[in-house]
Amino acid sequence: MPYLTGNYANPSGSHRFARRTRQAIDEARDQVAAIVGCRPNEVVFTGCGTESDNTAISGAVTRRGGIPVCSEVEHPAVLEVVEHLGGRVVAVDEAGSIDLEQLAAVLDAEDNVAIVSVMAVNNEVGTVTDLAEVGKVVRRHAPGALLHTDAVQAVCWLDLRNVTPEVDLLSLSAHKFGGPKGVGVLIERGSPQIDPLIIGGGQERERRSGTQNTAGIVATAVALELTDNERDTEAVRLGELRDQLVARLQSEIEGVVETVAPDRKVAGSAHVCITGVESEALLYLLDEAGLCASAASACASGAMEPSHVLAAMGVDRSVALGALRLTLGYTTSAADIDRAVEVIAPAVRMLRR
Amino acid sequence: MKVMCAMSGGVDSSVAALLLKRAGHDVVGVTMKLWGGDSDTGCCSISDVDDARRVAQQLGIDHLVFNFGDDFDEHVVAPYVEAHANGLTPNPCIECNRSVKFARLAERAELLGFDAVATGHHARIEKSPDGHYALVRGADDAKDQSYVLHMLDQAQLARTMFPVGGIQKSEVRELASEIGLRTADKPDSQDVCFITSTAGRTTFLGERISFRPGRVVDTDGVHVGDVESVEMVTVGQRKGLGIPGGGPKRYVVDVDIQSQVVTIGHEDKLLRPSMTVESVTWVDESVSGRVLVQCSAHGVPRAATIELSGADEQIVDVQWDDPQRRIAPGQSVVFYDLADRSVLGGGIGR
Repeated sequence: MPYLTGNYANPSGSHRFARRTRQAIDEARDQVAAIVGCRPNEVVFTGCGTESDNTAISGAVTRRGGIPVCSEVEHPAVLEVVEHLGGRVVAVDEAGSIDLEQLAAVLDAEDNVAIVSVMAVNNEVGTVTDLAEVGKVVRRHAPGALLHTDAVQAVCWLDLRNVTPEVDLLSLSAHKFGGPKGVGVLIERGSPQIDPLIIGGGQERERRSGTQNTAGIVATAVALELTDNERDTEAVRLGELRDQLVARLQSEIEGVVETVAPDRKVAGSAHVCITGVESEALLYLLDEAGLCASAASACASGAMEPSHVLAAMGVDRSVALGALRLTLGYTTSAADIDRAVEVIAPAVRMLRR
Repeated sequence: MKVMCAMSGGVDSSVAALLLKRAGHDVVGVTMKLWGGDSDTGCCSISDVDDARRVAQQLGIDHLVFNFGDDFDEHVVAPYVEAHANGLTPNPCIECNRSVKFARLAERAELLGFDAVATGHHARIEKSPDGHYALVRGADDAKDQSYVLHMLDQAQLARTMFPVGGIQKSEVRELASEIGLRTADKPDSQDVCFITSTAGRTTFLGERISFRPGRVVDTDGVHVGDVESVEMVTVGQRKGLGIPGGGPKRYVVDVDIQSQVVTIGHEDKLLRPSMTVESVTWVDESVSGRVLVQCSAHGVPRAATIELSGADEQIVDVQWDDPQRRIAPGQSVVFYDLADRSVLGGGIGR
């Protein structure tokens, strides 16, 4: 950990130690740019994915006026900002992907849309949205609007070189691909089109002030490179394991519904709804047995909130209460799938007795 | 035993968890998320959940948050609003105990394999040699909460623990302070948890029911004043009736919500020789005869003779030894034994 111990200089300094730190950040920026598919000076390091999303949306509205638009299933880091700024929220289809006709209608109805934000991969159910199609609608119906994508969940599954060209702004979060918590990335393509959220010393080419988290940024670039190297083979391997997991859960437990069809989502997502059980109770039993899963998303108190994503997809509330979010990643093995089924099946039986 | 300890983030439930842990139980702390709106008193604010979680960490026990918001809305908030709309004075804490803490939470605890649910209430559970459970006032007279627990029956008491019921509140705070729990000097919660002190009850109810004005008349039917909302007037109330001060004290002796008339009179007009209690539940067998009757959380118990009325043991006629002030309809009425120690049962006064 050279940038936490020995090389501790502030990268903005002008002396030799500072230059060394600065070089580490610039090298990390090159690595990130190559994998994301943009130029190095389009990469802005931030404090987290939420900051990246907030910057994109608030920054677009501040600079350009008008309102933001997003889909109903966005992460709160986008949805709450859009609602806070008086924006419009567009419905999704039954798989959780933005309804392009409704998006067109909203863009036609509003005369000043600053930015449209549509996530690349949904964090709860794993649905992939084709941003090329979204981009066409935005250019046709709101030519002046920027297109932003929250790609926080996409990195492990999609080649961002194919996503970035479709958008103006793109958010990443390091810990979603094995990097440290507390580092985010915002890709701002082309010349500056949004205002910065954090103003001060002018770091990150005046797009995000504040002394850079050098060690975190270096680690982020390394994690992104490792993820990129393994991505295609991992997606195939984990897609097969995911299909086995869902099939075995369905054969051993009655009333297990796969929330989104496999061809609409990323390989690591095994979101199911189990009828007749409450996620909150099920998660406790799974945790006791050493299986870490989630249901919807937790609110500030840590309580499970009914999923806004499932509600937007039209999933009945009683079904959504039995949501189980299982996620597969690079550490997941075939033995883990066996173990998961061995833990989940008896837990569901216990809760249904 | 495997015990689920309900932790509100207050000092009593913090120490309840501490005492269970010291007694060697396998304890899991649970904070219920009940109310999604503004709250500054009881539980459910983010900082209260933070307090509960931090205490659990310090005690070395797991901490979970359960979202029972739907149940709370359905069984506590909605009936509270409806009761007020009908001119009744409900006790939502009792309905929360009845429908959420000792029902929804207790059922989930059982489902998840727990042997008991514990809370930080100041009350005691005593098991007699023949296997019957008594619900007994807390050791600290000033903090006793047996009144709000009167709905517990034998099956529930068998699976319930009140670890701080046997000690004084001052000891609770000392125990918390000794091991540096952040809740040690946290003030006691006072009011209805879903009503903020800034907005108040009138604002809360005003957003949910349409208030209607009321005519204030004396016992001879003479119009003496007006109130903005007849739904907010309670039997026994003396202030806020739109009548000039001075003269002898006059109280609300009746509220007719349908015809929007509030009747006021001198204190003696409030006195009644008897009352009826409905929806009565019993801690053990139903009881008739001489008992003490308490009509509010910290009210003085008064001697009376009670008699079952109707077939299902749910309606009780109370004959006071001495005439007592009429209660606000909707208040909970709780029966204690003559020693003023054990709860026998209770229900809703009419």
